[in-house]
Amino acid sequence: MTTATKKIHVTTTVNGESVEFLCEPRNSLLEVLRDTLGLTGCKEGCNNGNCGACTVIVNKLPVNSCLVFGVEAEGAEIETVEGIADANELHPIQDCFLEGAALQCGICTPGFLVSAKALLEKKPGASEETIRFDLSGNLCRCTGYDKIVRAIQEADKQMSAATVDSTTND
Amino acid sequence: MATTPYRVIGTRPVRHDGADKVTGKAVYTADFKLPGLQAGFVLRSPHPHAKIVSIDTSAAEATAGVSAVVTGADFPNVQDKIAQLGEGSVNLAHLSANCMAKDKVLYKGHAVAAVSATNAHIAEEAAAKIVVEYEMLPSVTDIMEAMADDAPLLHADLFTDDLGQKADTASNVAVHMHFEKGDVAAGFEQADVVVEAEFKTATVHQGYIEPHAIVADYNEDGRVRLWTATQGSFTCRQQTAEILQIGVGDVLVTPCEIGGGFGGKIAVYLEPTAAILSKKAGRPVSILMTRTDVFEATGPTPASFMRVKVGAKNDGTLIAGEAWIAYDAGAFPGGVIGPGCMCVFSCYDIEHAVVDGYDVCVNKPHTKAYRAPGATQVAFAMEQLMDELAEQLDICPLEIRMKNAVKEGSRRVDGPVYPQIGYVECLEALRDSDHWNSPLTGDNRGRGIAGGFWFGCGLKSSAACSVNSDGTINLLEGSTDIGGSRASLAMQLAETLGIESSDINPMVGDTDSVGYTDVTGGSRVTFATGLAAYEAGRDLQSQMKVRAAELWECETNDVSIADDGTFSGNGKTAGFKDLATQLFSSGEALVGRATVAPECPTNGFAAHIVDVEVDPDTGKVTILRYTAIQDAGTAIHPSYVEGQMQGGAVQGIGWALNEEYFFNDDDQMTNASFLDYRMPTMLDVPMIDTIIVETGNADHPYGVRGVGEPPIIPPPPAIGNAIYNATQTRMRELPMSPPKVWQAMQSSD
Repeated sequence: MTTATKKIHVTTTVNGESVEFLCEPRNSLLEVLRDTLGLTGCKEGCNNGNCGACTVIVNKLPVNSCLVFGVEAEGAEIETVEGIADANELHPIQDCFLEGAALQCGICTPGFLVSAKALLEKKPGASEETIRFDLSGNLCRCTGYDKIVRAIQEADKQMSAATVDSTTND
Repeated sequence: MATTPYRVIGTRPVRHDGADKVTGKAVYTADFKLPGLQAGFVLRSPHPHAKIVSIDTSAAEATAGVSAVVTGADFPNVQDKIAQLGEGSVNLAHLSANCMAKDKVLYKGHAVAAVSATNAHIAEEAAAKIVVEYEMLPSVTDIMEAMADDAPLLHADLFTDDLGQKADTASNVAVHMHFEKGDVAAGFEQADVVVEAEFKTATVHQGYIEPHAIVADYNEDGRVRLWTATQGSFTCRQQTAEILQIGVGDVLVTPCEIGGGFGGKIAVYLEPTAAILSKKAGRPVSILMTRTDVFEATGPTPASFMRVKVGAKNDGTLIAGEAWIAYDAGAFPGGVIGPGCMCVFSCYDIEHAVVDGYDVCVNKPHTKAYRAPGATQVAFAMEQLMDELAEQLDICPLEIRMKNAVKEGSRRVDGPVYPQIGYVECLEALRDSDHWNSPLTGDNRGRGIAGGFWFGCGLKSSAACSVNSDGTINLLEGSTDIGGSRASLAMQLAETLGIESSDINPMVGDTDSVGYTDVTGGSRVTFATGLAAYEAGRDLQSQMKVRAAELWECETNDVSIADDGTFSGNGKTAGFKDLATQLFSSGEALVGRATVAPECPTNGFAAHIVDVEVDPDTGKVTILRYTAIQDAGTAIHPSYVEGQMQGGAVQGIGWALNEEYFFNDDDQMTNASFLDYRMPTMLDVPMIDTIIVETGNADHPYGVRGVGEPPIIPPPPAIGNAIYNATQTRMRELPMSPPKVWQAMQSSD
């Protein structure tokens, strides 16, 4: 085993901005995001894909960034919790988490927000069962999930209403 | 809805740290960086019990990129000394040996060495080059086996403290405690019906999503600076100072945002190790524990073995109780047997009762508090026996609880007499709930109820509020915020001063900046630190009265403060912010401060109802409906009170149905991952309905009781009672996982 591993150059897009970085082949995307790019919003809870705290969106799909290599980000489009809010305006999912007290310690929250955004963009109007199924890879130990599910349902309503509004305006 | 006397209390504002936590900006320990920061890795024992013959660290030290290697030899010798940690106590010599083994490893996962390097991969690879020679010793993980005379001994110098007397021969039993009231033998003679059974519960983990993490910087001036995930920065400071054998003033602990604790982030694990690595490396060192290590080396709360017997008269009156309880302490003495003994009969008025408790060392990680530590295990036994009595007496399970529920004046078996409490009110709310009054239909379905009690504690808290030029406030307090307590404290101060919650910037101080404050635990923060915030506000108001009198040219006694915080005197009036602004421009700045140490417990009670469906083919239990009821005294921020009730209930559901440590024949844990330990996911539970009961609390200006702990207690017995109701099968062992339920159903056929 050698500790001097040659680093690889990667070009990718993170939260809409073109980004370049160097990483070792063994570095996970989670390590790159946190340690190289300073995006510490995604959290390490288990480092083996069980808890979802490191969830980011890669090419429109939510993934556990601890299970993706940094080099796999080449040419990809990545969205992290830092990119959810629009300038200084919180996204409805973020607003609904705050209004609905859907977080306590907050360590799992970035992963839930990212997973919920991916879910609602793909399946607006998702049933409670669908929400619970799709987000069962995100663990929360504080809330018992009740307020998280409700916050996602409320965000779904607000996002659908906004879509209807913008359609009407068109 | 009755009108509330409060303006701010009882409302649901967005928490002050909210935006940071939904945007990823909140800084948890692993997010905190320093220039030149090294990454550490802890090497741990693969064996459950072994002597360390030798450790060769030379290959690790020679590895490029490695900045330091430490072993037990680098840890100062710490003498036996008991330190109070706020929720329980610890022998500091044991604490040190738990952070880093010196001569012996006592469980798989016990730390034996640590490495710091330029990154965590190099540290881990270098740690793998450390050669540890072990001499294997026989091990024991089962409580009853560990209590046997011929059991392998974990500590040659451990002699049972038997009701204050030290035993002559060494044993794994650290403590035998005994509580008694009345005449138990006479009590059982008066009983018309007696139920008795043995119960077992498995080792479970708190399961916080954030692994233990630390950044340590042994500064050139001799001060150790720590940024850490802790439930109590001051107890972290004390433990670290004692283990390093330096003064508490030489340690600065800055609590970062903390990703859950539930009792498991009070003791130090990584702090002394990282500090010693930093000293040797001459650079700051961070360690983020792996999830496997979190399971194998931190936290778990005790497994238990219990034999409980209860007698009642034909009219349902409980007359006698007897409990024999053994909890595993893990590798070192000092589990949570004490509160277990005090809680077993704590919900019911029983004239004659006796409890014997045993704290037993086994080759597992040192057990720690977990949300109402020790109460859930005994409730699993007692609350099921209540249903068994009810069945034999042909009384409704709710009625037998109502008939015997403790109330003001009831004496617990461990001595204290309850002041005003709210268990009866919780049971009444249960009786009146939609859930209780909705019929449950369908095959294999059943309903169960159970109650729960947790003391809640006061301890020390400090707060200071400084006034800004516009009359807004910076609130500095010492309680690390795990679940929204900055909001609940700011709301109480806002209520006191007559301003809005959003007028206050609450901040958790480090150990250099804020007065001593005990742990975030014991359901105490909103109660005790809330009291400190209130008193700091009162202190500020009394200073402002003096200054207002000067401004308004009257006597201090002529200035009065209305309930809404408005100051009046000499024909003039001003609201808080208005007056504060005037005073800021007319003299010295204003700072209110308070430190409090309420000694009273807050006595929280809960009652839960659950409907389950049991799959007869697999034994899988599905939660169909759940309602948690709890006396909060006063709910400061009802959403976060509900959140505590829901979160505690789901932790209790996990404890009831799934969670347990599996050990192989070599006493090694075999399921140390979230996947295999299997805490509840979103898909495993329904919505958790809540009913907040508010009976007040005379020991707090706003009637707060503290709510964090009671909701984890009722779920296992409530679910056990529901399973019985569904299947006529009585479960006496946790978890009530599919194979166990299925097996029990076969044997009871």
